[in-house]
Amino acid sequence: MKPAPFAYKKARSLDEAIALLGEHKDARLLAGGQSLIATLNMRLSSPNVLIDINGIGGLDRIEEKSGAVEIGALVRHVQAERSEIIAKLVPLIARAMPYIGHPAIRNRGTLGGSIAFADPAAELPACLLALDGEVDATGPKGKRTIKTANFFTGLFETALGPQEILTAIRIPVANKETRVGFAELARRHGDYAIVGLAASARSDGKGLKDVRLSFFGAGDTPSRSRDAETALESGDVDAAVDALNLEPHDDVQATGATKKHLAGVLLRRVAQQLMEPRA
Amino acid sequence: MTGLALDISLTVNGETFNERIEPRQTLVDFLRDNLSLTGSHVGCEHGVCGACTVRVDGAIVRGCLMLAVQCDGSHVETIEGLSDSGEVADLQLAFEQRNALQCGFCTPGMIATAQELLARGGVPSRDEIREHISGNYCRCTGYHAIVDAVEAVAQARNVARAGAEK
Repeated sequence: MKPAPFAYKKARSLDEAIALLGEHKDARLLAGGQSLIATLNMRLSSPNVLIDINGIGGLDRIEEKSGAVEIGALVRHVQAERSEIIAKLVPLIARAMPYIGHPAIRNRGTLGGSIAFADPAAELPACLLALDGEVDATGPKGKRTIKTANFFTGLFETALGPQEILTAIRIPVANKETRVGFAELARRHGDYAIVGLAASARSDGKGLKDVRLSFFGAGDTPSRSRDAETALESGDVDAAVDALNLEPHDDVQATGATKKHLAGVLLRRVAQQLMEPRA
Repeated sequence: MTGLALDISLTVNGETFNERIEPRQTLVDFLRDNLSLTGSHVGCEHGVCGACTVRVDGAIVRGCLMLAVQCDGSHVETIEGLSDSGEVADLQLAFEQRNALQCGFCTPGMIATAQELLARGGVPSRDEIREHISGNYCRCTGYHAIVDAVEAVAQARNVARAGAEK
């Protein structure tokens, strides 16, 4: 299908984009467009105005800043995929990147767009939760920082206000103790996950501490399973699988029961990755 | 035309076009309907099938997931341009020789996608080729022959490069 008519405004600065959001109540921000334009084509959404933020300078940087890596909202997936900073300091994102769409999608899609769109089956929101990252947002009242745990509020819903724009994400850098794991099941490589798991932990030489298991495609938002994390910290993978307290809904891809079973399969794979010595 | 239309100026296959378009027009519809470049195909219209793959400013994109209005000031290359310049002549020949196309609907997107992989140099493994074209559907299910063709061209180009360096 074709999109319904809309007006197109290209913002040249963050202030201009925020002002445009104030003027047009039924506007959507256009970043990479790899999810948004698909929904327009299918007429799942029909905003009156699209505000293109691709022309705003300074939002496409990947930088190490005081113990964290800051990734600008307009950094494209391909840029992250090839980034040495991300490969070295945020290995979970580097590991997840090849699972996101396909090369032509990764050439356009942005990290900020993927986080702000908050698709429950998308990889990056789950990675951000597993890494205890933060989101920077700017609106009419200035800039604020939101912890990931408070950012994803519901199905395709975030803590962003109607006039707020996500400008960057920030992730603590990995160190020698950091362990990460990632696994996903999809019908075709690059498609949205049936279910997936992004995880991080610290290794103290004998076992794992601070395990964070972030499942996607298994609920309205990326979700952690605290009981399974505790079980994994005590080194008991079987108990961790038994403790999974996910309640995925049925969807077009699989029933909730199948998804829950597959989440356990992925947990076993990721547990193995977390326990491997770091390369 | 509604009051929403905007003027854009862009280069397509080396030729400059100044057009007035509706913001809701996707890049692939603009190429096909306004410029009669019908080599880029419209399949699923939501980014899944890859039949509309074109190159914008040197990188392959989904023609259905970019708006034409976003291409103001850009350089767009379609299969017609890639074909005329001879850049993909060896891929086209290999597809023909190895029967890597049956109905041909996916072929322009497959060629543009494969060319991006091969332009990096080296000889990708069959798994890497499969992964790179994973976003392009062939509903005649001729994937094996397509991988054969891409692999053969990668090897031939590698031999030619090695010869040129001697």
